Amino acid sequence: MTEETQRGASARPVFKEDEHLPFWKRWMDTDIWHSYKKSPVIIIASIAFMLLILSAIFAPLISPYTPFDPGSLNLMNGFTEPMSKNDFTGDYFFLGTDDQGRDVFSTILFGLRISLFVGLAAVLFAMTLGVILGLISGYLGGWVDGVIMRVADIQMTFPSIMVAMLLYGVGKGLTPPDLRDEMALVVLIISIGLSEWVQFARTVRGATLVEREKEYVQAGHLIGLSKWAIMLRHILPNVTGPILVIATISLALAIIAEATLSFLGVGAPKTEPSLGTLINVGRQFILSGEWWILLFPSLTLLALALSVNLFGDWLRDVLNPKLR
Amino acid sequence: MDKLLQVKDLRIHFHLDEGVVEAVKNVSFDIPHGGTVALVGESGSGKSVISQAIMGILPKSAKIETGEILFCDEAALAQGGPIDISRLNPAGTTMQDIRGGRISIIFQEPMTSLSPLHTVGNQIMEALLLHRPVSVAEAAELTKDMLRAVGFPDPARALKTYPFELSGGLRQRAMIAMALVCRPSLLIADEPTTALDVTIQAQILKIIRDLQSELGMAVLMITHDLGVVANVAKDVVVMYHGEIMERGNLQEIYRNPQHPYLKALLAAVPRFDMEPGERLKPIRSIETKTGHLMAERENQNGSQKPEELEKPILKVDGLRKSFTIRKGGVFGSGKERNTVHAVNNVTFQVKRGQCLGLVGESGCGKTTLSKMLMRALSPDEGSITFNDGEKDIDILGLDEKSLVPFRQKMQFIFQDPFSSLNPRMTVGDILTEPLVIHNIGTPQSRKEMAEELMELVGLDRRHLKRYPHSFSGGQRQRIGIARALALRPELIICDEPVSALDVSIQAQILNLLKDLQAKLGLTYIFISHNLAVVDYIADDIAVMCRGRLVEMAPRESLFKNPIHPYTKGLLKAVPEPSLDHLLDFNHLMNEKASNPESWPTPFTDDGSQQLALSDMSGEHYVRTHVNSGLGVS
Repeated sequence: MTEETQRGASARPVFKEDEHLPFWKRWMDTDIWHSYKKSPVIIIASIAFMLLILSAIFAPLISPYTPFDPGSLNLMNGFTEPMSKNDFTGDYFFLGTDDQGRDVFSTILFGLRISLFVGLAAVLFAMTLGVILGLISGYLGGWVDGVIMRVADIQMTFPSIMVAMLLYGVGKGLTPPDLRDEMALVVLIISIGLSEWVQFARTVRGATLVEREKEYVQAGHLIGLSKWAIMLRHILPNVTGPILVIATISLALAIIAEATLSFLGVGAPKTEPSLGTLINVGRQFILSGEWWILLFPSLTLLALALSVNLFGDWLRDVLNPKLR
Repeated sequence: MDKLLQVKDLRIHFHLDEGVVEAVKNVSFDIPHGGTVALVGESGSGKSVISQAIMGILPKSAKIETGEILFCDEAALAQGGPIDISRLNPAGTTMQDIRGGRISIIFQEPMTSLSPLHTVGNQIMEALLLHRPVSVAEAAELTKDMLRAVGFPDPARALKTYPFELSGGLRQRAMIAMALVCRPSLLIADEPTTALDVTIQAQILKIIRDLQSELGMAVLMITHDLGVVANVAKDVVVMYHGEIMERGNLQEIYRNPQHPYLKALLAAVPRFDMEPGERLKPIRSIETKTGHLMAERENQNGSQKPEELEKPILKVDGLRKSFTIRKGGVFGSGKERNTVHAVNNVTFQVKRGQCLGLVGESGCGKTTLSKMLMRALSPDEGSITFNDGEKDIDILGLDEKSLVPFRQKMQFIFQDPFSSLNPRMTVGDILTEPLVIHNIGTPQSRKEMAEELMELVGLDRRHLKRYPHSFSGGQRQRIGIARALALRPELIICDEPVSALDVSIQAQILNLLKDLQAKLGLTYIFISHNLAVVDYIADDIAVMCRGRLVEMAPRESLFKNPIHPYTKGLLKAVPEPSLDHLLDFNHLMNEKASNPESWPTPFTDDGSQQLALSDMSGEHYVRTHVNSGLGVS
C-alpha cells in the first residue's frame, strides 16, 4: 500500500500528505515556499510591498503632519528642502514641503493609501466581474459565450486607459453634482475595474474550457448537480491559479491606471490626492528647482508598481511548472 | 564483440527538490546484433528511463551515477571498439551522430510525435539529410522506399501529406519510417502500440518484425503488455521499481517463471482460456467489507414486484445518433455537409444482475452510446427504457427535474482516474457530495456512509481527509467506484474503467467489480476495447463496429465460436501472454477490416442489401443479410 501511494503521487503535491500537521508547517514544505526562499529579488520585492502596505494602513499614526487639514498648514513652510529645517518656523521636514507648506512625506503616505485602496478595490471588482463572466462564457458556450467574448474583443481594441477615462467621464456625468466629490473614488474604482475585466474573463474562460471536458465535471453532472453548482464548486477552485497571477499583475496595472488618470487631472480629487495627483502637482515645480515635490511621489509609485509586478511574474512562474 | 549494446551496472538517480529518487538500480543486460529484447514492467518501473539513457535524452534532473552503456555497431568497431554512451556529452557531435542515425526510437503517442506543420515526407527526409551524405533527390527516393516498406499504399502521395490527414495507425507507420530511414543498428520501441487498436497493433508489430529481419537491426521493445512480448521478443528483461527481477529467453521466462513478481504478473492478465469461475490473481488483492448502510438496500427493494424484476433492467431500441461535419466556408457556414453515423440503429437489452460487455475499436460509437444512456447527448431516434423493479421509465422522456432523482438509479465509472476526481476536494467531500445533492441522510450518517464506501472498495476509512493526489491510479479508480456506489444505483455503466491501469491493478479492479456485483446485486454495462477483459467480466457480449452492433451473444459462445468476420478478425489480432497461442502474422486483417463493404457475404454492408441481427442459436445474434438463410428463425 505504501509503495503504491508513493508511486501514484507523481503529480507534485501542493500540500504534504500528512493532514495532521498544522497548516503553516505544510505550507513550509510547498514548492511555492521553496522557490520563494531561493529568490532574493522576490524576498526584497515582497518586503518592499509589505512595508508600503503597512505604511499606507498606518499612515495617520506614522505621518508627522496632517497635510490635508488646512488649519495646520503654515504657508511659511513652503518649499522647504528635504532633510532640513525650515528657515522661518524651524520645523523639520524629512522629504521637504510643497508650495502650500505641506509635508511631502505625509502627503505620500496618504497618497499611497488612496492609490492602494483604489487599485485593490478596482482589481477586486474586475476580478469578480471577469471570473463570473468567464465561467459562464466557458461553461455555457453558445450564444452567451459569443456575446460576452465579442464585447471583450471590442473592449480590447481600445487602450484600457482610454476606456477608463471614457467610463470615468460618463460616470461622473451621471452622479448628482452635490455628490460628485464623495462619489469620485467610487466612480474611479468602477471605471478602472470595468477597463480590466477582460483579462480575467478570457483567462477563466480558457481554463474553464479545459476543465469542463474533464471527467470529474461529467461526474458532477451525473450525480445531479446543477450548472451553477458545477461552475462554483468544481470548476472555480480549479482555475484559481491563473486568476491569482492575473490579479497581481492587474493590481500593478490598476495602480498605474489610477495614477495616470489622477495625473491627467480626472482621477482622485484634490481633496484626497493619490500618488498620481501628487506627481501632477510636483510637475509644476520641477523647472523652478523644487525637484523633491515630484521625485519622491514618483519613486514611491515606482517601488509600488515594480514590487507588485515582480511578485506577479514570480507567482506566474512558480504556478506554471512548465516555465521552470 | 558479439553484443550490440551492453548495459552494465547502470544506476540512474533523479535529483529533485524533494530528494533523490533512485529510478534505475544496478541494471545489466545486453542486446545481441539483430536480436529482440523486451523490457517489461509496470508504470514507474524505470524502463523508459533506461531507454532515455541509451538515447542520451535524460531529463536534466537525472544523473547516471555509475555503470556503462557500451554501444558497438560496425561503425564503432571500425573506429576501434565500443562507445560508452553514458560517458558521452548528450549534446556532443558523437552522440548526435548516434542518436537518430545509429540508434533510433519510436514513441508511444502517434498523435503528438509528428510535427503537425510539416509534411510526413519532410520530417522523414530531415532525419536522412542530417545523418547520411545524400542529396535531396536521393533522400526523397529513399524516403519513398521506406514509406512503401512500412505499408503506405501510395508512397509518392504520402510524402506530401500532413500528419493530421492520417489515421493513428498510419501515423505510427510514418513514425517507424522516420526511425528506420537511416538504417539504424538498434531501434528502441517505447510502447509503440499501446495507443492503438488491437488490429492496428498486430499490423504494426508485424511491420517491425519484418523490417527487423530485412534490415538486420536489433530491437529493444519497451512495453507493459505481456501479450505483445510473447509475440515479438527473443529475450525478456522484467523490471520492477528500477531493478531487474528476472531475465532470460522468452521460452524460459514464460514456461518457467522463477521470480514471484513475474509469476504474479502472468497470473494477473486475463486470458481467453480461463476456466469458468476462475479468478485473476492480482499482486495485492483487496477485501471488500459491506456495512449496515449498504445492506439497507435490501429493505428499500421491498416495493419492487417480483414479476417486474424478471424484466430486463435496460432496453435500448433503435437508437441512432449522427454528427454533421461542416466543410469549408470562411465564416463556418460552408454548405457541404458530411454526416457520420456514430450510432446507427442499435438495439439491445441488459438483464438484471448481469453484465453486458460492449466491445469495439476506437471510433465505433461505444462512447457516444454510453453518453446517450447517461443523457449527456440526445439521440436522433430510438428509445431507452429503464425498469427499476416497479415500472418502466422512459429515460429520454425525463425532464430536467425528474432526471435528478433518476440519477440515483444509474451511475457511471470513468476511464481516467486522474481527471475523474476533482483535485481540490477531499475524498470525503467527493464521496458525500452525491448524498448532499440528493438530500440523503444527516451529515453524521453521510460521513459514516463515506467510511463504509471506503472499506467497500478496500481503502482505509481514515483517509477521507486526503486529497486525490495522494492516491495511486488504482486507488483513485476505486474512489471513483465508491462515488458511483454512493447513491446505491442499480445499474452502473463502466466506460473503459481499467484501460488506464497497470495489469496487476487491472486485475484488482476487475475482481473488485465482480465482487461488488455479487454482493450488491448490481447490473453493469462494461465498455472496453480489450477483448480479454470483457471476456473475463461480462455475461453477454456485444461487438460494435461503425456504429452498429454486428454480433451479440453470451460470453461462452461469442469468443469460442465467433461468426461475424469482424469479430473473428478482432480475436485473431489479440496478442495473448502465452506461447501456445501466438499471433498468426500472415493472416491479419488489413486496414479495411472494419469496413463493412469488404466483409464477405452474407455480412457485406454496401447499401444494396437489407441487414438485420438474426439469431444463430441460443441468443447468438449476428448481423447478416435478411434473406441469407443463416440463423434459426
